[in-house]
Amino acid sequence: MSRSTLLRHLVVTVACGVLLFGLTYALDPFRDYQLATAAAYLCATAGLTLLAGQSGQLSLGQGALMAVGGYTVALVQNQFGAHNVTTQWALLGSLVAAICVASVAGAVIGVAAARLRGPYLAGLTLVVAVAVPSIGTLWHSLLHGDQGLSVYLLPAPASLGETFPLERWQAWLAVIAALLTMLALGNLSSGRFGRTMRAVRDDEIAAKLAGINVAGTQVTAFVVSAACAGLGGGMLAVLAQSVSPGAYAFTLSLNLLLAVVVGGLGSLTGAVWGSVLLVLLPWLADDLTNSLIHSPAAQQRLAGNLSLAIFGLLLVIVMIAAPGGIQGLLNRAGRRVRGRRERVAAYRAEPSAPDAQPHAPAASRTSIPNP
Amino acid sequence: MYHIVRRGVSVLTAMVVVGAVAACSGSSGTSGASVPGVTSTEIIVGTHTPLTGPAAAGYSKISAATKAYFDYVNSKGGVNGRKITFKIMDDGYNPATTQQVVRQLVLQDKVFAILSGLGTPTHTGVLDFLNTNKVPDLFVASGSLSWNQPKKYPYTFGYNPDYTIEGKIFANYIKANLAGKKVCTFGQNDDFGADGLKGVQAVLGASGVTHSETYDVTNTNVGPAIGALKAAGCQVTIAFTVPGFSALALGAAAQLGFRTQWMVSNVGADYATLGGLLKDATGPLLEGVLSTAYLPAPMDTSNPWVSLFMKLNQQYNNNTAFDGNVEYGFAVGYLFVQALKAAGKDLTRQGIVDAVEKNGFSGPGLSALRFSATDHSGFGGLQMGKVQDGKQLVFGPLYTTDDGSGPVTETSSTQPAPPEDGIPS
Repeated sequence: MSRSTLLRHLVVTVACGVLLFGLTYALDPFRDYQLATAAAYLCATAGLTLLAGQSGQLSLGQGALMAVGGYTVALVQNQFGAHNVTTQWALLGSLVAAICVASVAGAVIGVAAARLRGPYLAGLTLVVAVAVPSIGTLWHSLLHGDQGLSVYLLPAPASLGETFPLERWQAWLAVIAALLTMLALGNLSSGRFGRTMRAVRDDEIAAKLAGINVAGTQVTAFVVSAACAGLGGGMLAVLAQSVSPGAYAFTLSLNLLLAVVVGGLGSLTGAVWGSVLLVLLPWLADDLTNSLIHSPAAQQRLAGNLSLAIFGLLLVIVMIAAPGGIQGLLNRAGRRVRGRRERVAAYRAEPSAPDAQPHAPAASRTSIPNP
Repeated sequence: MYHIVRRGVSVLTAMVVVGAVAACSGSSGTSGASVPGVTSTEIIVGTHTPLTGPAAAGYSKISAATKAYFDYVNSKGGVNGRKITFKIMDDGYNPATTQQVVRQLVLQDKVFAILSGLGTPTHTGVLDFLNTNKVPDLFVASGSLSWNQPKKYPYTFGYNPDYTIEGKIFANYIKANLAGKKVCTFGQNDDFGADGLKGVQAVLGASGVTHSETYDVTNTNVGPAIGALKAAGCQVTIAFTVPGFSALALGAAAQLGFRTQWMVSNVGADYATLGGLLKDATGPLLEGVLSTAYLPAPMDTSNPWVSLFMKLNQQYNNNTAFDGNVEYGFAVGYLFVQALKAAGKDLTRQGIVDAVEKNGFSGPGLSALRFSATDHSGFGGLQMGKVQDGKQLVFGPLYTTDDGSGPVTETSSTQPAPPEDGIPS
């Protein structure tokens, strides 16, 4: 990775940060909360898209790794609370702890995962997703079972003013976490490690012949994605100010994967679309049922179920119509527009020349598009 | 390079579109009103309740009944000219979902108050959020001790008698009528079960409980726990369970041939609700089961409150099968209307909190409500209930006690006749 790439990523990140910072002021507290939730999900989906899309390892267990992060934040924060720590920096310590603990968990799973392929790997991570949330009920005295733990969180700094909504402060925290994750993953995937991952994904034997440590690459990718999931889970705990097994249930793991696939597998921008869908779909579906259907019995049947149905349907449609997900679709549309413009430009420059070929990178021919 | 710039631009657009979508979908909210959720013609209140999930059995009927009562009051012109809009959100008894839906109610729908939020594990998680936002959190549908912390949570008020006094009253009955028997408990693995056990032990002593088992709502396999109770030789078993798990426990006990005197917490003992779960086995399994009550038995059709609520249920609640949940829903709606009237025409959040603390409410409850500036717990007394010949009725005196080591004392019930039109004056 050249220095200019890093610089460009930094510029884009800062620009996004400034924009979102302004946005939090334009939104009311509930939208800020939704924005914060989407940002927290983005940490995890970005990690997953790197793992599944670029290193080619399918994980159904990201929700469990988020739970590890969430519970770590809860336990560490509550220790801070018990010792009357009143600095906002304490939260940074909790989040770093969440990342570390989740990374260790990811390394353990990753070592096992590097020996498994395809459905067997999915099976292993599925077990993790089902088993980890029930640990909460196993160690009841520490983790308080289904009721979960509340998370000690300081109010927004007093210097922001008394009427400053907590949700805006939470949105800032979550957006910063998401942007740092995107920056780190963006650099990682456009550098040497990214190329190594893609080489391993496309052909393990060829990669081995080229001198790449296949297992090492796979484990490292798992650890990186686990760290991201840990950060995302920790942010979710900070947002809800509580953790419980229900917050990190198996459906969360499935939803994360759905989001990544619908957004565009392997593309970090696609992860943004996916995490936004995760937040907006349940809420839109809920509003839709309440406004369209007036029979309480029907509302009760649809409550909570409709968004799942829409998500499933969307997945089927996306797989058939646009295997590259939302981002793939956008790329295609962008290319078409650009292609036409180039043809016109070429025609104007030299009317006799044959049609300029539209710009089409090799990525569009593989089932998994490059970011 | 062009490629990377383009990617940067697409990330940027993604983020901006996210924000734009979020911004566009903003709710209109109440215009200009200084009190959230209150206009000159409307009061918006919300609740979180399990319409789906492990605790939906029975409980899903409560919020519909409360809404039906408000529909009736609205048809009579509302309270001080304001109609009550009741927003019901399903949380599936999942504390994480409760977090979301309560934020939606408070921040997006801008409700005036949360009324009758249901569940110990679910509601515990939103106490901080509601109280930092100064949202009245009235008549929580649960008997956890957590609701009574006026200093820490000045906006939260309970409704059910807490599980500790229920445990004490159960234990008091055992002392007088079932002395010398081996007593065990089967409780939900959270504050619900723990508060109940605390009450039982306050009267019988820590050694007075032979064995105690718990269950998690996410695991319906209660067989091992019931087997352990059988192995411990329990002769009296007190269950602090939601209806679904009362039914599972009774069924598992019957399968294992475990004969014990069941005493079931009032939140999980409603005959009609359990009947819907136990089907054909209802009669034999429930016969002789002891419980407690702080509202008149829904099967006691001679009670004027029961007949009032049955009439309203027929007219405004699609004539749903009348059971303890429907009665509960109507009773809580009645109390809320009483509180609104007491808060007066200039309705504010602080105003209704003050009105509830002033108390002086009387209604369908068998005992008095304990509300005061220093006490935010709900009903303070219970009568024993028993299933006999397929009918669940209350018997004996009304017992009152405290959450600590105070004695259990007998008093008589003070239930006034309902107002003519069923709306508190």
